[in-house]
Amino acid sequence: MKDSHRWALRSVVLIYLGILVGLPVVFMVIKAFSHGFPAFWNEITQPDALSALKLSLEVAAIAVPINTAVGVGAAILIARHNFVGKRFLDVIFDVPVAVSPVIIGVALVLAYSRVGWFGAPLAHWGINVLFSPLGIVFATAAVSLPYVLRSIVPVLYELGMDQEHAARTLGAGRLRIFWSVTLPAIRWAVLYGVTLTIARTLGEFGAVLVVSGNISGKTQTLPIYIFDSWDQRFDTLGTYSGALVLALLSMVALAVLALLRRRERKLRVDLA
Amino acid sequence: MPTTTPLPPTSHESAPLSASLAPCRSSRFSPPLLAGGGSALLVGYLSLIVLIPIAALISHGLSISVATHGAGLAFWRWHVLIGLKTFWSAVTASGAKEAIVLSLWLSLSVAAINSIMGVAIAWVLVRDKFIGKGLIEASIDLPFALPTIVAGVLLLAIYGVDSPIHVDLFETWMGLMLALLFVTLPFSVRAVQPVLASLDLESEDAARTLGAGGVRTFFTVVFPSLWPAVLGGFGLAFARAIGEFGSISLIAGGVGRTTVASNYIYNLTQGFLWTNAAAVSTALLVLSLVVLITTNVLSSRYQKRTL
Repeated sequence: MKDSHRWALRSVVLIYLGILVGLPVVFMVIKAFSHGFPAFWNEITQPDALSALKLSLEVAAIAVPINTAVGVGAAILIARHNFVGKRFLDVIFDVPVAVSPVIIGVALVLAYSRVGWFGAPLAHWGINVLFSPLGIVFATAAVSLPYVLRSIVPVLYELGMDQEHAARTLGAGRLRIFWSVTLPAIRWAVLYGVTLTIARTLGEFGAVLVVSGNISGKTQTLPIYIFDSWDQRFDTLGTYSGALVLALLSMVALAVLALLRRRERKLRVDLA
Repeated sequence: MPTTTPLPPTSHESAPLSASLAPCRSSRFSPPLLAGGGSALLVGYLSLIVLIPIAALISHGLSISVATHGAGLAFWRWHVLIGLKTFWSAVTASGAKEAIVLSLWLSLSVAAINSIMGVAIAWVLVRDKFIGKGLIEASIDLPFALPTIVAGVLLLAIYGVDSPIHVDLFETWMGLMLALLFVTLPFSVRAVQPVLASLDLESEDAARTLGAGGVRTFFTVVFPSLWPAVLGGFGLAFARAIGEFGSISLIAGGVGRTTVASNYIYNLTQGFLWTNAAAVSTALLVLSLVVLITTNVLSSRYQKRTL
């Protein structure tokens, strides 16, 4: 490639990424701190913001462990067994992230709310999914479903079953094999999937917005709070400050992912 | 369901060594976890959060009710016909049609731009060397990690009403397009990058020695190996763009000309028009799944041919 071409292509890419990613990031940080650090701090420590953060963390604390257990279980089922409906099981996991999150929200409402299939019997038992934290847990769990599974399955295939066979021959039971052979081998992949799940859980917006009813202080997660600051309360500083906090949280997730990827590469080299 | 009964030890001992060492793909050997109870829990959980809601959505979308259980065939035929009519009128209602059309053409153009820029960015990442390349590498992953609402706020901060650089894209299709380009940025790059890195430079050098120019070399030597990856990235970006909501919900504002399908559905739910919301959702759901399956089939077929 000629030097002039190389320079041209490089500039086009740099300008494109600058317009799309670089400048927006810079200006969001500037706007979050436009009234100084105290104002920013004041925004993110006000009661509604804190309760939104708390609800986000609580929902993650429920949805992430469940999806981790389900992901690990389903990954072993898919990578280690043959059974009728395996393809179907595999596809089911991708459906919630392949379609619009708004659709997932509407689907949950039409299944479990008063306007839906099981609304009446559930209401009879005092369970209300629409406009309640339970609905948020459902929506969040649905849209963060596949990440653990997708992180583990390739690793399980790559590992093969030799070690599990060996443990079996030596008389280990199923649970013993899982805890002392399979799980140690896939632990970094599990952690990778868990990090992705946490990131998605904390950031979920569309599905939660539809099922939550957006009641401030009660059913507002952090993303909903940010949206509400802009859309209803016209509190731009609140919007930018909240978004910066959420962005920083996902930066932590991104850093962990990068570390894990490095770790995993090293792991593969050690095995080879 | 897999059988989970353990092998009797005698059969294992009497089996030839080679057989027990071969990677076992049968369900006779069943590793850890997930006995019958576990599988039942898994199926129950998936039903609870995915299958039942999707079934409820489609049944509401097509206005199929099970309350008329036991009615005759003639009634059912009438019932389904009415259901389809309701579905069709909800999908073609004024506003709905425009939203779906807007989503379609925006997603197509975003996927196309994304594919072209994806190849360019991947090329720079693989073949070029300069200080600060790591920053570009990181900025590609950023849209993956950032929550969609943060993506929306990011764009608003610079291309919103009080734009610091005086580029106001609020409530314009350009604003929507930027948001969609932002969230789909990684798809093409990450699909093309590994393929580009795995190409050997010899054939390109050969083409150049034979007198082909840079552009000719790219299209006749490099592109034929790249296009399945480009196609895969296109499909992923299109599927993501057609369902995107969070990143565009802020910059779209509240006017009809920037209401995409997801936004339209959300507006219906705010007016408690659940049947219409279900119908448009069903249409969008089918559209997304068709795109995803088509891309999957196309790229896997191509891979099989090359292997």
